[in-house]
Amino acid sequence: MADRILPRPGSSRRQFLVASASSLAAPALAETLTAEPARAQAADPRAPLGMTLNINGRDRRVALDARTTLLDALREHLALTGTKKGCDHGQCGACTVHVGGRRVLACLTLAAATQGQAVTTVEGLATDGELHPMQQAFLDQDAFQCGYCTPGQIMSAIACVNEGHAGSDADIREYMSGNLCRCAAYPNIVAAINQAKRVMKTAMRR
Amino acid sequence: MQPFVFERADSPDAALRAATAPGAASSALSNPTQYLAGGTTLLDLMKLEVMRPRTVVDINGLADGALGRIEPRRDGVRLGALVRMADAADDPTIRRQCPMIAQSLALAASQQIRNMASLGGNVLQRTRCAYFRDVSYAACNKRVPGSGCAAMNGINREHAVLGTSEQCIATYPGDFAQALIALDAGVEIAGTDGSRTIRFAALHRPPGETPDIETTLLPGEMIAGFDIPLASWMRRSLYLKVRDRASYEFAVASCAVALDIRDGTVADARIALGGVATVPWRARAAEQALRGQAIDDATIAAAADSAFAQARGREHNSFKIALGRRTLARALRQAAAIEI
Repeated sequence: MADRILPRPGSSRRQFLVASASSLAAPALAETLTAEPARAQAADPRAPLGMTLNINGRDRRVALDARTTLLDALREHLALTGTKKGCDHGQCGACTVHVGGRRVLACLTLAAATQGQAVTTVEGLATDGELHPMQQAFLDQDAFQCGYCTPGQIMSAIACVNEGHAGSDADIREYMSGNLCRCAAYPNIVAAINQAKRVMKTAMRR
Repeated sequence: MQPFVFERADSPDAALRAATAPGAASSALSNPTQYLAGGTTLLDLMKLEVMRPRTVVDINGLADGALGRIEPRRDGVRLGALVRMADAADDPTIRRQCPMIAQSLALAASQQIRNMASLGGNVLQRTRCAYFRDVSYAACNKRVPGSGCAAMNGINREHAVLGTSEQCIATYPGDFAQALIALDAGVEIAGTDGSRTIRFAALHRPPGETPDIETTLLPGEMIAGFDIPLASWMRRSLYLKVRDRASYEFAVASCAVALDIRDGTVADARIALGGVATVPWRARAAEQALRGQAIDDATIAAAADSAFAQARGREHNSFKIALGRRTLARALRQAAAIEI
């Protein structure tokens, strides 16, 4: 894991675990690598592929194995662990992010294939410390229990409203069916989306 | 996942050239170069090491051209192969003129996957047979030709009752393909020697002795689009999907139906069955049973019986024969009741 970016000094449990697990401290190596804008890598398929990813409005230069999914690029190489890995096979929705403004599954997306498109993760929702209306609604409506599926639920829910698929409870349930919640917080998730959609519509009218 | 070389194609020709490099295999699926569109099947199966391409050619950059467009035609509509499932499902013309197509897409997968998956890739999605998807099972004729079939006497509740062979009973999992085969859509296929068009029914091969060869695509060929003939009576169409949970699930049994009813009798009928067959399945015998008849309990029962006359159930999936008949019967009743 030599190319793992170590987090800045801090006190979170995860940061402690990452720092403890990594004997090779190579801060921000992935970002300092310079590489060709990748159309094709060299004949050696194991050679790192240089690429620029646009994550939450910021260009990030990284050199990654071609096999790296967007999910692993975010979590393992860019220290953005808000996006969660559930099944890693497109069956649970925990890894939902927006690419080019559309909700997709980061676990079935190659990082290299997202070059040139804007990626938004749950970390990119809040502005100036103010939560996105959907984040606030999930808090207000108690729309989670363990919270593991929540980032994916929130990313999916925002897209659900923006697509115009949140007109009724039945619509919400149908168009949120790609996000599983083992705690079964579904009724409160529907309530949160109903709360947020009114705020989001008001914000759009302004 | 096995290492691979990643390339991005900036033109259809570049993509086709990359995929027809020397060393190409005998079938499109065994080709060491695979196209990447939505990736929802390919990456899943690469993670499982069921598919192990040495080169992956990203063709998503071609969506700016005809491959990414929905275009009206004189007698129908053309759907580019890189149109996403979600966009075709929400297209107002398709929803109005042939609900069966829009419904087959909207009832499939989840919105995230529909945003990703291309129409071309969707029809090529591979079976959900657990013995195919799990390489720890040695016996799978589709994955390792000649190795046997673990499903034949295994847990085969999800498996096919129509179009099976002694080598393979894996179910074709798709929904959209049922609408395409019912409507006798054309498939435009691009290759280095130019393009060719075939009927959708000629795209998939029944398993027979070679379940590893799933389509008639040649190595390096790419689906460019679908030509769908539409008639005004196809507003009387629907896609009915029966599954183990209400949403985000593959069909246990499904039915695409379009009825042309004139003066109370069936002038034409289009019927395809999903979840029950090894390939997209047009129920021509059932269509024939309905032509010239009124839609009533007796003709519906006759059509449903003829659709499953050749069905063969196994230990855990025999229920699909009764369920398939009832799914078809319900779809016919609902279609007949549509006001157009």
